[in-house]
Amino acid sequence: QSFRVDVIREEGDTLEFDMVGIDAAIANAFRRILLAEVPTMAVEKVFVYNNTSIVQDEILAHRLGLIPIRADPRLFEYRNQGDQEGTEIDTLQFQLKIKCRRNPQAAKESSDPDELYINHKVYSKHMTWVPLGNQTDLFPDADFRPVHDDILIALLRPGQEIDVLMHCVKGIGKDHAKFSPVATASYRLLPDITLLKPIEDEAAETLQKCFSPGVIEVQNIKGKKVARVANARLDTFSREVFRHEGLKNLVRLARVRNHYIFSVESTGILPPDVLVSEAIKILIGKCQRFLNELDSVPME
Amino acid sequence: IQADGTDGNCVTFVLHDEDHTLGNSLRYMVMKNPDVEFCGYCITHPSESKINFRIQTRGALPAVEPFRKGLNDLMGVCQHVLNTFERSMKEYRAQR
Repeated sequence: QSFRVDVIREEGDTLEFDMVGIDAAIANAFRRILLAEVPTMAVEKVFVYNNTSIVQDEILAHRLGLIPIRADPRLFEYRNQGDQEGTEIDTLQFQLKIKCRRNPQAAKESSDPDELYINHKVYSKHMTWVPLGNQTDLFPDADFRPVHDDILIALLRPGQEIDVLMHCVKGIGKDHAKFSPVATASYRLLPDITLLKPIEDEAAETLQKCFSPGVIEVQNIKGKKVARVANARLDTFSREVFRHEGLKNLVRLARVRNHYIFSVESTGILPPDVLVSEAIKILIGKCQRFLNELDSVPME
Repeated sequence: IQADGTDGNCVTFVLHDEDHTLGNSLRYMVMKNPDVEFCGYCITHPSESKINFRIQTRGALPAVEPFRKGLNDLMGVCQHVLNTFERSMKEYRAQR
């Protein structure tokens, strides 16, 4: 098959790449799997020992569940149904224990809460990993913590404290959106702009303004300004050109049928290229599952 | 999986725990097969996650054959995509 993949840009958590020569059904299957079926680890059960803050227990638990945890989900297993305790191979334990006190060194008449109170903002960096069983031997160099340290979980005032124990399990986005490993994954088709007749002078200038910057280039050939399509990729397809009577019939806007521009932005748990590879492997795994079933069940 | 059909040529497979993700891509692969006269899938009810996948072959070919071939082809396509993607990532990284 005449198929190629070009990586356009990779910056930190975002990856933009092109797939040429593939069909819509398969491109969409990859997008759906990236969103909903690549597993990650997230907080599932929260054991509240003491919570005297004004954030209710269930709201606190909801917020803790949504925090992305930097833990490679391929090292863990799924938890068995109905298993309450959790073993070393499927659970990660975190503890959040924090108490707010009044700052004795604060100046009198100060009204800045940062100065008056100690520990009044609960950030995700206050979550600590508590190894279960033999996890210290299994993962000697690992450092499991939330991806971002500055996620604000709750606000406290002197005398209030939060003391909770959290269990993280492996899950997929289909079950709950907190398990989705991508901030978003999307694709679009490459635009295809053709000028049916050569466009010159002022019409060329107007044409350039109709499209996003960089799409149409006006060149000076033999003293006349002529328009040329420079980079169709940057266009956002706003169809502004059809509002002008003179230019309406001279331009044809279409899309290249099998050129998909994918854009994957990860939450930081796994790098985006690993996510795409995992998604493709999951699709292979699904096919394999049905092939095995076909072979094992006798067909009448 | 369950199979259901009058004769070997037109069979409706009920695939559990599946949705458009596998249904649409599998349908696309099976349609490429020239022996298949009819191929389609539908989701019986959006609350239940199962799909009805129907294949009808022309001639005397048993319907399980194009199903199996479609699954194998889809696996082949994915493997090819995976290899190409990993190769391009390596080239991109080496070039940066």
